[in-house]
Amino acid sequence: MSLQLLLVQFLNGLQFGVLLFLVAAGLTLVFGVMDFINLAHGVQYMLGAYLGATFAAATGSFWLGLLLALPAALALGLVLEFLVFRHFYERDHLSQVLATFGVILFLNQAVKAIWGTAPLQVPIPALLSGGIEVMPGLQYPVFRLAIIAAGLATALLLWVLVERTRVGMLVRAGATNAPMVAALGVDIRRLFMVVFGFGAMLAGFAGVMAGPIFSVEPGMGDTVLILAFVVIVIGGIGSIRGAFVAALLVGLIDTVGKSLMPDLMRLFLDPSAARQAGAALASMLIYIAMAAILAIRPAGLFPVRAA
Amino acid sequence: MAEPPLLELRRLRKQFGGLVVTNDVSLSVPAGEIHAIIGPNGAGKTSLIHQVSGTLAPDAGQILFAGRDITRLPLHRRVRAGLARSFQITCIVPGFTALENVALAVQAREGSSFRFFRPVALEAPLNDAARAALEEVGMGARAAVPAGSLSHGEKRQLELAIALATRPRLLLLDEPLAGAGPEETERLIAILRRLRRDYTIVLVEHDMRAVFALADRISVLVYGRVIATGSPDAIRGNAEVRAAYLGEDEALPEGVAA
Amino acid sequence: MTAPGALLRREAVPLLVFLLLAAAPLLGFSHSHELTLMARAMILGIAAVSLSLLVGGAGLVSLGHAASMGFGCYAVVILDAANIVEAAIVVPVAIAAAALFSLVTGAVAIRTSGVHFIMITLAFGQMAYFTAASLAPYGGDDGYTLYARNTVFGRDWLQDRMAFHYVCLGLLVLAWLLCRVLLASRFGRVLRAARENPQRVLAVGFNPYPFRLVAYVIAGAVGGLAGVLLANATEFVAPAYISWQRSGELLFMVILGGVGSLHGAILGALAYVLLEEQLAALTEHWRMIFGPLLILCVLFLRGGLAGLLAPREAARHG
Repeated sequence: MSLQLLLVQFLNGLQFGVLLFLVAAGLTLVFGVMDFINLAHGVQYMLGAYLGATFAAATGSFWLGLLLALPAALALGLVLEFLVFRHFYERDHLSQVLATFGVILFLNQAVKAIWGTAPLQVPIPALLSGGIEVMPGLQYPVFRLAIIAAGLATALLLWVLVERTRVGMLVRAGATNAPMVAALGVDIRRLFMVVFGFGAMLAGFAGVMAGPIFSVEPGMGDTVLILAFVVIVIGGIGSIRGAFVAALLVGLIDTVGKSLMPDLMRLFLDPSAARQAGAALASMLIYIAMAAILAIRPAGLFPVRAA
Repeated sequence: MAEPPLLELRRLRKQFGGLVVTNDVSLSVPAGEIHAIIGPNGAGKTSLIHQVSGTLAPDAGQILFAGRDITRLPLHRRVRAGLARSFQITCIVPGFTALENVALAVQAREGSSFRFFRPVALEAPLNDAARAALEEVGMGARAAVPAGSLSHGEKRQLELAIALATRPRLLLLDEPLAGAGPEETERLIAILRRLRRDYTIVLVEHDMRAVFALADRISVLVYGRVIATGSPDAIRGNAEVRAAYLGEDEALPEGVAA
Repeated sequence: MTAPGALLRREAVPLLVFLLLAAAPLLGFSHSHELTLMARAMILGIAAVSLSLLVGGAGLVSLGHAASMGFGCYAVVILDAANIVEAAIVVPVAIAAAALFSLVTGAVAIRTSGVHFIMITLAFGQMAYFTAASLAPYGGDDGYTLYARNTVFGRDWLQDRMAFHYVCLGLLVLAWLLCRVLLASRFGRVLRAARENPQRVLAVGFNPYPFRLVAYVIAGAVGGLAGVLLANATEFVAPAYISWQRSGELLFMVILGGVGSLHGAILGALAYVLLEEQLAALTEHWRMIFGPLLILCVLFLRGGLAGLLAPREAARHG
């Protein structure tokens, strides 16, 4: 494999990892602070993509679409919190899993009812179209680089919010010891809503950004959700830092593995068998990595609480 | 050669961050003794008992049980070796009857539990042994009651029965009187007095009256360090111990008959 | 100790359900559509009972149980492609494959607990899903159509819908009995105690890990059996059969029926299949009704259907 191809795969992996981080960050915060397991976080990513696509088509501008989609994603997140989630904070994880599963069933179908089952196309905004020469003779899409930049910027912003602000301090304290925070007289409900809305918006943001490069279709959130789970399990539930490291790890392993595995298999097998075995093995790779990491560290790389 | 003490702690040490909760603790408990560990709040009694029972790993030092090093043995293996413990906060299976709670413990020492097909509720040997253990703590009449609906004192008795049912050589009792009312306390002390005939006991307890009434020897723990070990009379007269307890509301009782 | 009368009273609900399922084809419910529906409900019932052993018995909330069914399905497919259609070979292979998968993934998953366990079983289930989707010789994403149902000792009994109905019913009863007997045994007692209070179980000298792992493997094996039946019922297998949504649905059946009792899972499976059928007849977008309904069930129907039928015993398992 050439160095160029490897670099492209590396950048693709980074870009995928950054998107995963945006989804996983909200998930891990919601779980860390509220001890609430939210399967519906993936559909919030999907809704972001659909809202972005719709607003972009209506206004004719990707940027206006993004600008409108973010508050809409936030609003939808808060509506869900009000209608469904808050009734389950006190319940066991099994109930939370099923209730949020019900939300997924509803929203996946609702998306089909409103937008149909065919994938939507979102054009890449003119400002970020085309490629840029990242090394001699190698063009890489500007938009993908923009995603990486936006993701890293968001990660930085999140770090500042969590480490340097009052709300962030409460969030961190809540992740370690929620009853204590409640005992301090903090309005836990308000804190929950803030965290929840923020998480929904992050997922929505990831969805809007993903629109032009992945197809916008029903169920697109489910795959991302499960990868985001893998991310936060590897990273350590409740840890933003863990989510960041694990998201990049998972993005890279998945992307690079998918392109490298078939070639690797060719060393042992004939080409067609290598392609198949490679594809099968590549799709298992991140789960094997997860198992390996958990075998050594059951609470993840950066445990917040004991598992 | 003299028989080794049943339980021996050698220079046990544990710290959390900068806080040393167990500081070079050495203790030896010969078979047949009731050894009480007392100390003011925050002296590290609970940490110490956690290390002996196996829920907390010491940073340094050794724990010997009947001469055998058990420092690295996990909790459930220590129980199998004959070291039973009761908990400060009641630890029972609330959905099981009192009998089932004890039968579970009997099952742990009687044959394999990887038996899949025979209804365990009908296994007479398990039930008989469990009933005997319940009788031993005066709970025979309450065998069929779901453990969750027993009174607090009864739960403490049940916990003793569970510990006895593991056929321990040493009973590690972590505040067995915690939360018990005066009447329940009297009953539990009577039970413990009966148990001393058959078991070696390490007792961590706040109720000084009970400690001085029951213990053969007492060790006093202050800031993670054993400042004195001796008979109740010796401890009562020890100036350092008195100083440590000064200002505590649970002052040492004056003349309590042993 | 238990008198037959008392036993009959305690098990009235499951016995009645089995009786009704046995009588249904004789009472006029013998159109192929009705038989298909009942077979599906019974097969899902087998999987749900084994999941209930985990959730209600061992306290292990698995969100990847459909994967064990998938191993059963794909054992049928892979052997079919190799021209092996004899159930006497297919069934043991399928059960062994599902059990092995459960052993390997369970060995990792059971080291964790709570939410970690949920997420890890979900991830392993998804791994099985993607692996199935990448199996190009067996149809990949599009699935694989079986040439015919499995034979039983060389005979094509399973082709007969009536016979298939009673095979499914027989295996459902067996699966229920197996899980029931397990929970009432020494093994089951340790399992149940570890669900309620793991600390206590450790403190009487048990390590809960091997008990949980064995339960996980047994549940996986029974799931594999259900998979064999499912493949035979539909004569078609696709990765969608093992997607995580299927696992979620199985979990819902267990909850809908009531976590406190094994037969609840069977009630849940029956109710689920009927509900799905009724709603789907109503609108193409039936999931928009089903989703909120599911949420309401979890919110308000705490003891499940079994709890409604026997309100006072709902709290205890068995």
